[in-house]
Amino acid sequence: MSAAAVVDVVGQGLLLVGSLLVGTAALGLVRLPDVYARTNAATKAAALGLVVVLLGGVVLAPTAGSVLTLLVAIALQLFTVPIGGFEVAQAARLSAAPVTPLTHHDDLGLPREGDQRDEEQRDGEDEGGVQVDGQERGPA
Amino acid sequence: MVVEVALGVMALSLGVCAWRVVVGPSDADRVLAVDLGFVVVVCATALLAVRLRTPALLDLVLVATLVGFLTTVVLARLVAGRGR
Repeated sequence: MSAAAVVDVVGQGLLLVGSLLVGTAALGLVRLPDVYARTNAATKAAALGLVVVLLGGVVLAPTAGSVLTLLVAIALQLFTVPIGGFEVAQAARLSAAPVTPLTHHDDLGLPREGDQRDEEQRDGEDEGGVQVDGQERGPA
Repeated sequence: MVVEVALGVMALSLGVCAWRVVVGPSDADRVLAVDLGFVVVVCATALLAVRLRTPALLDLVLVATLVGFLTTVVLARLVAGRGR
């Protein structure tokens, strides 16, 4: 096997793995129970998949200029995707998107309509336990 | 051959994203689906650049990465502002 053939196989393998990772993200978008879990799938798997596809492009790229372009795109992707995913998840929580009852923990401590309701919520937490808490917060 | 299979996976993923935009119970779901759909389109552009041997498409990938981030942040701010 010549060196060019090896490079070709490695590059195409990276393209295939990356596109399958993006397909995994799409699968997560179908199967996961609420928007927060879907945020996890869509940002992590899709970002990793795109980076792997672009790495495959780096391996197969014909010129130095396109290699540079792809490396800059990979770096930008790695920096921007976590911020975008965080923004989407926080927006979902602030707009009171429904939370699946499986959720145990909420660092943001919502809902946000005044302190009174918040205290009631905390009382409910003491008596009711985790499952009830998740359901109470859902429609708020 | 590999690139064709990968493009097929991209097509399926884009269909899933469109479905999620249509049904997605909350607005945040729709933003997320649009975000993933944009990533899929960027991926398909990179695959086409390899398949057609057109390095000019790689510049498109670079620009789309930036624009996709801006789109996601702006749409997320929009959704968060509506809920407040």
